[in-house]
Amino acid sequence: MPEEIIESLNVRYINILNENGDVDESLMPSLSQSEIKKIYELLILSRTFDRYALNLQREGRIGTYASILGQEASQIGSAFAIEKSDWVFPSFREMGVYITLGYPVYMLFQYWSGDERGMQTPEGLNIFPLCVPVGTQVPHAVGAAMAAKYKGDKIAVICYFGDGGTSKGDFHEGFNMAGVFKLPVVFICQNNQWAISVPRSRQTASKTLAQKAFAYGFEGIQVDGNDVFAVYKVVREALDKAKDGGGPTFIECVTYRMGDHTTADDASRYRSKDEVEAWRSKDPIARLKLFMEKNMLWTDEYQKEIEGKAKDMNDEAVKMAESVEKQHFEEMFKYTYERLTFRQIKEMKDF
Amino acid sequence: MPQNSKKLNMVQAINLALKEEMQRDKDVVILGEDVGRDGGVFRVTEGLLELFGEQRVIDTPLAESGIVGVAIGMAAYGLKPIAEIQFMGFIYSAIDQIFSHASRIRNRTRGRFTCPLVIRIPYGAGIKAPDLHSESTEALFCHMPGVKVVVPSSPYNAKGLLISSIRDPDPVIFLESTRLYRLIKEEVPEGEYTIPLGRARIVQEGRDVTIIAWGSMLHRAIQAVEGFDAEVIDLMTLVPFDEEAIFKSVKKTGRVVIIHEAPKTCGFGAEISATISEDAMLYLKAPIIRVAGYDVVMPLPKLEDYYMPTEGRIRKAMEEVMKY
Repeated sequence: MPEEIIESLNVRYINILNENGDVDESLMPSLSQSEIKKIYELLILSRTFDRYALNLQREGRIGTYASILGQEASQIGSAFAIEKSDWVFPSFREMGVYITLGYPVYMLFQYWSGDERGMQTPEGLNIFPLCVPVGTQVPHAVGAAMAAKYKGDKIAVICYFGDGGTSKGDFHEGFNMAGVFKLPVVFICQNNQWAISVPRSRQTASKTLAQKAFAYGFEGIQVDGNDVFAVYKVVREALDKAKDGGGPTFIECVTYRMGDHTTADDASRYRSKDEVEAWRSKDPIARLKLFMEKNMLWTDEYQKEIEGKAKDMNDEAVKMAESVEKQHFEEMFKYTYERLTFRQIKEMKDF
Repeated sequence: MPQNSKKLNMVQAINLALKEEMQRDKDVVILGEDVGRDGGVFRVTEGLLELFGEQRVIDTPLAESGIVGVAIGMAAYGLKPIAEIQFMGFIYSAIDQIFSHASRIRNRTRGRFTCPLVIRIPYGAGIKAPDLHSESTEALFCHMPGVKVVVPSSPYNAKGLLISSIRDPDPVIFLESTRLYRLIKEEVPEGEYTIPLGRARIVQEGRDVTIIAWGSMLHRAIQAVEGFDAEVIDLMTLVPFDEEAIFKSVKKTGRVVIIHEAPKTCGFGAEISATISEDAMLYLKAPIIRVAGYDVVMPLPKLEDYYMPTEGRIRKAMEEVMKY
């Protein structure tokens, strides 16, 4: 019997908006002018939040923080496609996602300052608390998708992680089950090229991360993660497919972490200035601004106005976060179980 | 209220509890390896796939961390998943999920998301099984605030405790002694009855010495106390454990022997012993003795009988505390 090829897979790569602000009209998603402006304002708001958080950390007003600088298109573009009824399982670097979904900004400052109440997701939003261990949220998303499918809810589940997360066992176990049960889940990897000091090339010998999906029986797509239109389009289509019973999709957003891993890190120890500079020209906000300018959606006044608004919102949020009522020591005990145990009651009495 | 009762072994009693809870509540689902078509490696879920279908009795791929992680997502979404892990030695790869997530979701979200999940795990030695099939490392889970740990010792209380565990709003580790699965039969009522978590059971009253045990060791203890005026406590729930019942008994007897199958160092007996020392020291007439497994890697079947606490060792400990 002659040898034959029994399977071959093609990974699509999608880019719509280039660095000069020009778009491929044939691929452009349907977004109204006001939606495009809304996206731009969310990008500015998220980047402003990030700058505020970094400054607050330097001033000792919040704790260790993981910057989103450079990854805004991946986050806002994807989250803009999510509906309120969908469920979201983030990693720890998704502040742009939280903000886009309408999570109260002051609660994010509150959380990063070390106050659990900041992760008490408001009713009506289904975003899980951010996940500090890497990749362990993948099975949670799969479980929620399984539950939604069982209950017949027409929603999708979105799971975020980074390039480092694709090396973890839970990534495999979760992807595998998502494929086996054909679940309504969209996996979004922000491949920001670095897992602290370890480059993408050390995470896997695969040419792309997207291609890993094919091994689990569903499609993986690579997208320019600094192109907000491409990210939005691909995520939107994957969510629709999930809700129509088409099963999971894996989307690799190729982007770059412009800052340090967290405020406790110094990226200059392990990567070159040249590399960072090369990515600066691919900035996700700059290219959308060029597009909007070319399409008469952008003026200096508009920029000033929305920057001012973003600052005001962040100022207000910081003020609110810093003026919340202090927690009583009982708060430490109260949420371990639904009801206090006999021992906890004793411990509280002896406090 | 329960009506009919039948003589059932522990496998049948647990199966009945699962069946009745699944009939009562559509949100209760079972997932794990071989739980569907095969009815589980111990046949605990036998017949449930036929009754409830593959949407509710889910044969998963072979992935313990994935099973627990998926169950966490289901629980947070609003289902009441019961995950089966085939043997206690296989739960180790899922400990990250239990410790890092199941135990803290309620706390981290100030109650916005919860994790009403049961993880059923066959545990313990006595069935001459291969490596990692005889572990009794329950103390690992007792050191995870946010998780409850339940160990039934008989068919009757296995059913009542499992129903309580399924209805509990927090994650419960439910440990089933493989040695007990088919060892004893007792009357188990059909229909709903619950045994509250966190409450111990006085198996027999006595005046001279308090014996504390759980799971399969309870039966060895009951055999060993013959001829002593011993009070035997079946702890049933390790977290949160019934300190009150223990204090009450210690005040009466002044002597305590704790029996468990797990290695002595940092076994749950250490916690009980320390608790008594802290709060009931003045009632003690003798040092507390722990009769436990040894500080060794759980042996394979040929050495298993040397490892397990024997009636002889338990009696010796009782004689020892009676000398004071």
